[in-house]
Amino acid sequence: MSLASALKTGDVTQLPSRRDEDWRWTDLRGLIRVLPAAAPAHDGDVPAGPFAGLTRAETVFVNGRRIAHAEAASGVVALRFVALADKASQGASHSLVVKPGESLVLLESHEGRANGYVSDVALDIAVGEGACLERIVLVEDEAEAVNVVTAEVALAPGARFAQTVLTSGARRQRIETRVSHPGAHADARLDGAYLLDAQRHADLTTIVTHAGVDGATSQLTKGMVTDQARGVFQGRIVVAEGADQTDARMGHHALILSDKAEIDAKPELLIFADDVSCAHGNTIGALDEDALFYAEQRGIPEVEAKAMLTEAFVGEVVERIEHEAAREIAAAWVARKLARDLRSVA
Amino acid sequence: MLKIQNLHARVEDKPILKGVTLDVPAGEVHAIMGPNGAGKSTLSYVLSGRGGYEVTDGSASLNGDDLLALEPNERAAKGLFLSFQYPLEIPGVPALTFIRTALNAQRRARGEDEIAAPAFLKLAKEKAASLKIDFEMLKRGLNVGFSGGEKKRMEILQMAMLSPKFLILDETDSGLDIDALKIVSEGVNALRSPERGMLVITHYQRLLDYIKPDKVHVLAAGRIVASGGPELALQLEAEGYDKYVAAA
Repeated sequence: MSLASALKTGDVTQLPSRRDEDWRWTDLRGLIRVLPAAAPAHDGDVPAGPFAGLTRAETVFVNGRRIAHAEAASGVVALRFVALADKASQGASHSLVVKPGESLVLLESHEGRANGYVSDVALDIAVGEGACLERIVLVEDEAEAVNVVTAEVALAPGARFAQTVLTSGARRQRIETRVSHPGAHADARLDGAYLLDAQRHADLTTIVTHAGVDGATSQLTKGMVTDQARGVFQGRIVVAEGADQTDARMGHHALILSDKAEIDAKPELLIFADDVSCAHGNTIGALDEDALFYAEQRGIPEVEAKAMLTEAFVGEVVERIEHEAAREIAAAWVARKLARDLRSVA
Repeated sequence: MLKIQNLHARVEDKPILKGVTLDVPAGEVHAIMGPNGAGKSTLSYVLSGRGGYEVTDGSASLNGDDLLALEPNERAAKGLFLSFQYPLEIPGVPALTFIRTALNAQRRARGEDEIAAPAFLKLAKEKAASLKIDFEMLKRGLNVGFSGGEKKRMEILQMAMLSPKFLILDETDSGLDIDALKIVSEGVNALRSPERGMLVITHYQRLLDYIKPDKVHVLAAGRIVASGGPELALQLEAEGYDKYVAAA
């Protein structure tokens, strides 16, 4: 059951539905009656992506087809998935290997520049022994689009993987990351931020499986939903038998700024080892009314005050991005999004 | 300057202000003293426009502008500043960003140009130095982890930067030791001017040793029950509020 197999076979019964426990809040079967035709090849220019200027090494997929490929073993590489065809479907897959001891920054963008497309992206990532990968994912889908992005990440001993997903949602959207964690001093950071307005939906799902002793995972996801938007967070950390001295921390904190918005969160720690240090925190609430009044009393209009406080709230996730230029782009994106989202809530 | 006429307000179904009438002309500092529960904080919140307070009768205006018809930020742009008894901590928003956002929002609301970054920083440095605030503190989240005295100094800094026409100081002395009280009072006194009015709300007379009022009013059970000169504060200190509470 996956969007990828449905796209391959054209069979909508292959779509995940709310009857699948892991998809109960991201029902595709109920939404998609007929799969759209495959997107045509794009003929013409492709607009610059959100990380333009940070690197020349770009791998670009347009309408599911790879049109540029950069072999980058280290440094900074951009990976772009661009949708340019209206009401069409597209599927893409890509693999990335970070060789032992190398260090790579992956600037990944999902750019919806068409209406009502259905997109599936599968990534296969391997981070070698002692290697380091920072993956920054900026997802800007169109409001009526459906997009599923799944990354399988395999870490070798001593590897470092740091991820930040920033998304504004879609009609239905799932960004899933599965990390196979060997322990062995490997370290994973899985962060995310979702900012959803109108009727947008975003689902950030992560599954980290610690298979060996002495591994660390740290997770911080923050979100804001307004209007009738819906945010989903599913975080699962599995500590297998024998994976002692695992240190795992998961936090999900979200703001609901309207009565009709919704957040569904399922943090799960499945621990089969004895000697571990694991914790999770999950909070969902409104903006602090006192802080809001304080800002307004100093002359800041309500909408601007809400945006400022929300930006500060989400800022903690952005601050953890290590690549400085990407961090600045992420911060600017958050500010821009909030200024737009919150204009309607006043 | 500030004119309050027969102001009635309630919280949910409970009447708190029951006909407050007060006139603070430009250049004067008036103190409002009163026992706990008299409605002192309610008065400051109603004037500044906090949600949850319903005005059921009366009026309040600043320089002829009907305050009660304005949003809190519009009141601020008209020059009303409420110094909070317990200033809020705003994690993730550096004090400098907060003050600059507020200042520019006020200027836009008044149809003025925004202040440029260099001019703003210069002003902030000067004002911080005069209040003995370490400039580095202004780069941290507003009030986050600050002591009571530091938070009050940050309020004074905001007053000095925003240059309001009318100040309401709500229990500014609470949580301050004597040294902090002196610094804060000096900051407030530096803002006294013939064009500016102030309403100093306090439970204790102590603050008025440092910020000398022109007039003192006693608020009890939602009404001004007595008014007089600074000597009234001393009398209250000696005699307590009992007779006013009984009379109200």
